[in-house]
Amino acid sequence: MSPASTVASPVVVLERVGRHFGAQVALRGVTACIRPGEFVAIIGRSGAGKTTLLRCLSRAIVPSEGAIRMGGYDLRPLRGAALRAHRARVGVIYQQFNLVRRLSVLDNVLVGRLPHLAGWRRYAALARAFDAAHREAALRCLDHVGLLSRAWQRTDTLSGGEQQRVAIAKLLAQEPRLILGDEPVASLDVINGAMVMDTLRRIASAAGLTVISTLHHVEYARRYADRVLGLRAGQVVFDGPPRGLDEAALRTIFGSVPDATENDLPLDRLAEPALATN
Amino acid sequence: MTSPVAGILSHGPSPKAPPRRSALGRTLLTAAALAAVMGLAGRVIELRPLELVRDVGNIGVFVKGYLHPSFAHLDEYAWQCVVTVCIALWGTLVAFVISVPLGLLGARNLSPHPVVYFAARRAMDVLRAVNEFVFALMFVTAVGLGPFAGMLALGIHTGGVLGKLLSETIENIDPGQVEGVAAVGADRLHVIAFGVVPQVLPNFLSYVLLRFESDIRSAAVIGMVGGGGIGFYLWDTIRSFKDGEAATVVLLIVAMVMCTDVISSRIRRAAI
Repeated sequence: MSPASTVASPVVVLERVGRHFGAQVALRGVTACIRPGEFVAIIGRSGAGKTTLLRCLSRAIVPSEGAIRMGGYDLRPLRGAALRAHRARVGVIYQQFNLVRRLSVLDNVLVGRLPHLAGWRRYAALARAFDAAHREAALRCLDHVGLLSRAWQRTDTLSGGEQQRVAIAKLLAQEPRLILGDEPVASLDVINGAMVMDTLRRIASAAGLTVISTLHHVEYARRYADRVLGLRAGQVVFDGPPRGLDEAALRTIFGSVPDATENDLPLDRLAEPALATN
Repeated sequence: MTSPVAGILSHGPSPKAPPRRSALGRTLLTAAALAAVMGLAGRVIELRPLELVRDVGNIGVFVKGYLHPSFAHLDEYAWQCVVTVCIALWGTLVAFVISVPLGLLGARNLSPHPVVYFAARRAMDVLRAVNEFVFALMFVTAVGLGPFAGMLALGIHTGGVLGKLLSETIENIDPGQVEGVAAVGADRLHVIAFGVVPQVLPNFLSYVLLRFESDIRSAAVIGMVGGGGIGFYLWDTIRSFKDGEAATVVLLIVAMVMCTDVISSRIRRAAI
């Protein structure tokens, strides 16, 4: 049994999506069609609207204009149980991991199982009691990221890289149809960042899942993405494969070519499968 | 040898920071205002320190009466101390049960609606504002004299205090950890059980134990208004000038408070 679903992701359609906060415009006229299985990197300067776009996709916020459709449904009217069902279909991975720090590693992975519980199991889970099948699924996910031996450890005793892998195990346990990344490697060092990105890409391509992720380093986008969306002042100014990211394109997205030393990640010098299996 | 940053430290005209009122002036002003308030308050409470010095002999007479505790009714008083501890135990349990819903609804980041938030906050304000002795007087009329009335009074008042502490603890939690649970599509109760409770529990348990210590002290005197426990005997022996008996009661209360404080603070340290 594979912990991740083998059903491919839905098509994600953004139609002239705009979002403003008061007088401040965060997004405007964003139109894109994201095909199932694409690995999409969103790049741009701070304040370009990358996170706003992601939060619209996870339906943490509602666009002020335009529409977002996923598979057959429109995200705007979702509320209550339908909104929770949407969130269950979308797995999010965060810069700060957003794991419950005082809970054990396994309990954090089991959080991913919560939307799959039915009947009395939903109430048993309030006391953190899960039946054997869900527990086993969570342990498999943990094994998949190489952290099975840490199952009972308190999550805040793990390093940043390990916590992000726990977050990936939780994501697997959730069995999402789509993965969103909000700067998933921005607070990790190069080795751990590459390990997390390798794991994400491996999972996504094995299960045919779409990944849409903001990435602060152009190098990460070049290495991992199939497609890059460049945002500037809330608008898409670049949409294409990463090999199209030449100096002119970077100037359009960032206003200047990002400092070479800052972006000189030795990603290409890392050993190929960077995922440790300790 | 010159410092490598000597250029920065000595170059150009001396910098002019924006003007600021003198610190000495502000301190003096604050001290004068405080002194004025305390002076007026002293007039109101008829502060007469000289009389305290002049009549110090009377205190000697008073203390002498207490130097010979009587142990004639020790078993009765000891039993009443047990009753007092039981009042505090149940009072804290009732307070805990009251405080959890009030605290959850009265936390800004968790409350389902601003009206509910407002109502829960004001309800807790009322419970806290009315002293446990006032509640005891009410419950004595409702359920009659005795420990049951005292327990209810303590529980209701402390419920407001713990509810307020709980709601403020909840408002200070890390929202990222809650978002991590809500983002998987978990429902409200699961978000609370996984995202909120683990963050809040150690602090809240510590508050409950602190309030239990405080409830022991309150339960020790709530008998004065008919709420049961050792307080009635304290009041009775002092009012009838049975100094030896009163001394015994005071000693027992001190011993009881010290013991429960030690035990409770041990548990508190183990819980965190």
